[in-house]
Amino acid sequence: MSSKAQSVGLFDRAILRQAVGESFRKLSPRMVAKNPVMFVVEVGSALTTLLVIRDLIVHGADQPPLWFTGAVSIWLWFTVLFANFAEAIAEGRGRAQADTLRKMRKETMARRLVNKKGEAIAWTELGSAERSPSRGGAGTLPGSPNTIEEAVASSSLRKGDLVVVEANQLVPGDGEIVEGIASVDESAITGESAPVIRESGGDRSAVTGGTKVLSDRIVVRIVSDPGESFLDRMISLVEGAARQKTPNEIALHILLVGLTIVFLLACVTLVPLAKYSSLALSATAIVALLVCLIPTTIGGLLSAIGIAGMDRLLKKNVIATSGRAVEAAGDVDTLLLDKTGTITHGNRMATELLPMPGVRVEDLAEAALLASLADETPEGRSIVTLAQDKYASAAVAASAAEKGTFVPFTAQTRMSGLDLAGRQIRKGAVDSIGKYVTAAGGKAPAELAEISARIGDGGGTPLAVADGDAILGVIHLKDVVKAGIRERFLRFRAMGIRTVMITGDNPRTAAAIAREAGVDDFLAEATPEAKMRLIKEEQAKGKLVAMTGDGTNDAPALAQADVGVAMNSGTQAAKEAGNMVDLDSNPTKLLEIVEVGKQLLMTRGTLTTFSIANDVAKYFAILPALFMVVFPEIAPLNVMHLASPYSAILSAVVFNALIIILLIPLALRGVRYRPLGAATILRRSLLIYGVGGVIAPFAGIKLIDLALEALHLV
Amino acid sequence: MTFVGWVQVLVFFALILAVTKPIGLYMYRVFEGGEAPLGRGLGRIENALYRLCGVDPRKEQDWKGYAFALLAFSTFGVIVTYAIERLQGHLPLNPQHFAGVGQELAFNTAASFSTNTNWQAYSGESTMSYLTQMTGLAWHNFTSAGAGICVALAVARGFTRRGGPGNGKQLGNFWVDLNRGILYVLLPLSFIFALVLVSQGVIQNLKPYLDVTTLEGGKQTLALGPVASQEAIKQLGTNGGGFFNANAAHPFENPTPFTNLISLFLIFMIPAGLTYTYGRMAKDARQGWALLAAMSVLFFAGVAACYHAETAGNSAFAGLPIHQALGNMEGKEARFGVAASTLYATVTTDASCGAVNAMHDSFTPLGGLVPLVNIQLGEVIFGGVGAGLYGILVFVVLAVFIAGLMVGRTPEYLGKKIEAREIQLGMFYVLVFPIIILGFSAWAAVSPLGTSSLNNNGTHGLSEILYAYSSGAGNNGSAFAGLNANTPFWNITLGLTMLAGRFLMIIPALGIAGLMVDKKVVPPSLGTFPTNGPLFTVLLVMVVVIVGALTFFPALSLGPIVEHFQSLHGKVF
Repeated sequence: MSSKAQSVGLFDRAILRQAVGESFRKLSPRMVAKNPVMFVVEVGSALTTLLVIRDLIVHGADQPPLWFTGAVSIWLWFTVLFANFAEAIAEGRGRAQADTLRKMRKETMARRLVNKKGEAIAWTELGSAERSPSRGGAGTLPGSPNTIEEAVASSSLRKGDLVVVEANQLVPGDGEIVEGIASVDESAITGESAPVIRESGGDRSAVTGGTKVLSDRIVVRIVSDPGESFLDRMISLVEGAARQKTPNEIALHILLVGLTIVFLLACVTLVPLAKYSSLALSATAIVALLVCLIPTTIGGLLSAIGIAGMDRLLKKNVIATSGRAVEAAGDVDTLLLDKTGTITHGNRMATELLPMPGVRVEDLAEAALLASLADETPEGRSIVTLAQDKYASAAVAASAAEKGTFVPFTAQTRMSGLDLAGRQIRKGAVDSIGKYVTAAGGKAPAELAEISARIGDGGGTPLAVADGDAILGVIHLKDVVKAGIRERFLRFRAMGIRTVMITGDNPRTAAAIAREAGVDDFLAEATPEAKMRLIKEEQAKGKLVAMTGDGTNDAPALAQADVGVAMNSGTQAAKEAGNMVDLDSNPTKLLEIVEVGKQLLMTRGTLTTFSIANDVAKYFAILPALFMVVFPEIAPLNVMHLASPYSAILSAVVFNALIIILLIPLALRGVRYRPLGAATILRRSLLIYGVGGVIAPFAGIKLIDLALEALHLV
Repeated sequence: MTFVGWVQVLVFFALILAVTKPIGLYMYRVFEGGEAPLGRGLGRIENALYRLCGVDPRKEQDWKGYAFALLAFSTFGVIVTYAIERLQGHLPLNPQHFAGVGQELAFNTAASFSTNTNWQAYSGESTMSYLTQMTGLAWHNFTSAGAGICVALAVARGFTRRGGPGNGKQLGNFWVDLNRGILYVLLPLSFIFALVLVSQGVIQNLKPYLDVTTLEGGKQTLALGPVASQEAIKQLGTNGGGFFNANAAHPFENPTPFTNLISLFLIFMIPAGLTYTYGRMAKDARQGWALLAAMSVLFFAGVAACYHAETAGNSAFAGLPIHQALGNMEGKEARFGVAASTLYATVTTDASCGAVNAMHDSFTPLGGLVPLVNIQLGEVIFGGVGAGLYGILVFVVLAVFIAGLMVGRTPEYLGKKIEAREIQLGMFYVLVFPIIILGFSAWAAVSPLGTSSLNNNGTHGLSEILYAYSSGAGNNGSAFAGLNANTPFWNITLGLTMLAGRFLMIIPALGIAGLMVDKKVVPPSLGTFPTNGPLFTVLLVMVVVIVGALTFFPALSLGPIVEHFQSLHGKVF
């Protein structure tokens, strides 16, 4: 990946400006009502505003001073606004992210195939002529009397429409190639500049709207109606409009609503209980107490956290079709990872040269080098690199190769090499080279079989090198595990996630690679059915399974898995079956998706703890202030030594509002996830957000009180 | 605080720790073991009872069936007890010829004993006939305790059964659990301990009251009765309803420090044992010990605070020539002293027992705050028999939920996911206390119906109101005293409080069990947060304290807390 979708700064100026406006618009009771905690605050704000108006008209002697009621009222409104602001800013960032994606949705003209009557035609109606691969030719298709092209706006394309796209044209919508092959520039989505090949009838048949065809001509069947593509769905998810609460979010909401009711009861009953002691509590003070106690911090930030989670995922170029899937990613117990591309580079590479007895390793290196110089396969190149880097003497021979004749690899000989000044240097499969040497009158030494077997046992591939009738040695080719992947799997083990490698290799090879990569388990000689069976087995044990896939035959498994990440390069069937699409088509991304899911839950949990822990200090600020009028003896409970009862209450309210603003960055960025055991994470979180949550407001409220006093506001 | 005082506390606690495993294991065998544990004889009785009642002991119930059986049984109990009380004048075993009990009081008492509260708005020796005491009330001491154990078992089964979806949602058979609990646990134990108590001087007879001439030549009527048999089950079943009005402060109920220790031991024995039973059911004894550890932390915090406050003495006496070396002895029995009285007060309120050997009303404000807070924390510090276990399991659900989110996984307990429905029912459970305690207290505090019953004005009076409703809601039954609770207002509101505090909490608890039993079990991994270690214990304690403290701190600060600061300024009520 060269670049991600353009990332948005945490506080982009334009987003901030828009969010401010949005926060006022979101004051509408209908919108606030979706969040019961903030709704209570808004009702409180409205109530105190009414009290201010009443006091402006007739100010009773027993009422608190007007400035106090006014200040509390203003800050309560701020509390709601700040919560709205948090949500608006998260939405704004999501929208900005979506806009960069949407840019490629520019209106283009599409060349739709229709029949003579101007009606859209289905793929099955295409004549055999059209269905056969055809190259080139604009206008009507050659030999297709029944179909013509018409130019339509890309936004008017419907599901099932067929469109023609040729070199240097944009693909008008998400679809599947039904005919032809083309190289496509997908950099608009993936940031990857190298073009990719897309062709009909395989696992690489999907094209995305907005990408550009660089060569050839394809017929694409559009797979979604306007406004229903993956991108559209994702955009609506980050914009919050279509966002549905995820299961854990619902549970947390219930907890917060429950706590709100508890505090409502505690505050409302306080009025008669105080009246018993001839203590008249003002409505303003009770509303202030209530708002401070109910979990406004988490209540205000909850939806921002959810949106930010989707946004973080989008920034990693992953499109999720639901928030539920993101949450499930955090719960994953088992990761199924395809070996090729995820765990290994996918190409075998030379790692070692093993000479036969009596042969100098330098001679073997030279021969291997000569035999591979003209070999442009990744394997050939890796042999050259190995010989030059590790056996420097071989470099001297390199120039000599130019004089020789290259013998290319054929399926019959199963070897390649170089004829140079009477020498016939060959490299190839061990048995082919053996036959070649025997034919030339030589004899394969016994060590050849032995070394080859050892390499095979270790999961590698042996490649023999011969010079004329003598076998010089063996090149050890192996599947090279990606750098850093082992550490990654260690992190996952620490999280309690089991990794299973899926490979088509035989069990011996698979075991060797599994050992090297540090995966917990592997499935060798995997078929789609075996993969499906594995998922079902894991799920029967109660585990959540995540996997990646791109082929049509992966679709059932993707659908069965709890988190199925389809590669954007994959087939439409795979994309439909999974619940996420990785635009970069990078299977390693699964690991990052899991982290985003975990972060999402952790951010909610820690902020809930923080919010509840805050209440201790607020009690110590407000209750003495409320009761001191009648019970001056209670003064020692005013542990913060706040200036006056009014200042105490106002400071708590101000703190309660400001903490929402202060925590917006945390809500948007998410709590950092460290791959430690659950107990360690919990201990840390309890210390930071639990204990910290008890202490922080004591300091904060005192500071605000000092500031209010210094400004002579109280 | 003295060394000897702490030795008493520690000896008591060591006894509880020692008995936890044996009694827990015994109960596991009784309820989950299948075979009749105490020989064939009792087994035959058990089977005969099933045949008599037409119960098929092998047929289990789902949570609704279980809850329905429990509610039907309890309703029956309320009605029968009400009838006996009202009709006692026409029934035998009434040597003092007491008339029928008034309707509000009869309702209150029927509710009180059916809910294992044993709140007594009357003096037993001057209101209830022997028949009422033995059949109407002592009977409930067994059945309400047995029903509590039933609910705990059903909830425990919901959490620990590992069948997964589609393998039955059964939580056991209420009738079997009840029968076995009474037959194999409560009856044998209370039989043995009643004899022990008799040996120590607790009376047991059916004679009319005795008129005696005192040393000073005055006339006195000594109330008598079958006390020892009631005393054992009163403690063992965390019922707490005394035969006499003075309860365990009365020398015929609790004559010596030794009987005092036995009483305390009996109160905690079954609640402690049930945590072990639970651990066994979870196939991980440490799960049970973790719960016991959380309860123990809260218990020691309470004892230390109460003992400390009472040793400090009464600040109002400062400067007066009053000997306070023993601490605040007002309202305490000389034969128990401050240590045993505060220990008793803590234990009886931790465990929703409600028996008292000292007047909580006469404790210092902070000393009296401890029993009140113990009750308000939800009666989960050991708690009532059964009630403590199912109560703490609801808090476990909430604790696990918050902890689970913090570690980045959908929360799990014993491999079962905690989801929205469980949290919903958990919050219903948590809401019951504030609704009834704060709601009724607020009403009583401003209505002459409530305040006219107060013997003390000022903040102490508010403490009395709060204590009464807390005691009712927590099914504790101890009284702060100083409140004439035998008025229609108090009898009815407290009666309703007790019923709500019992059944409105049992239903969501069983509901959670019904949801949990049907869940898939996820094998634990490193990412799963362990619920059987010290960290979980700490978390659980925090959740219990925070839920309780946040709910009641405002109300408490208008009662005992203000009173404490006032008393420092010499202001008393």
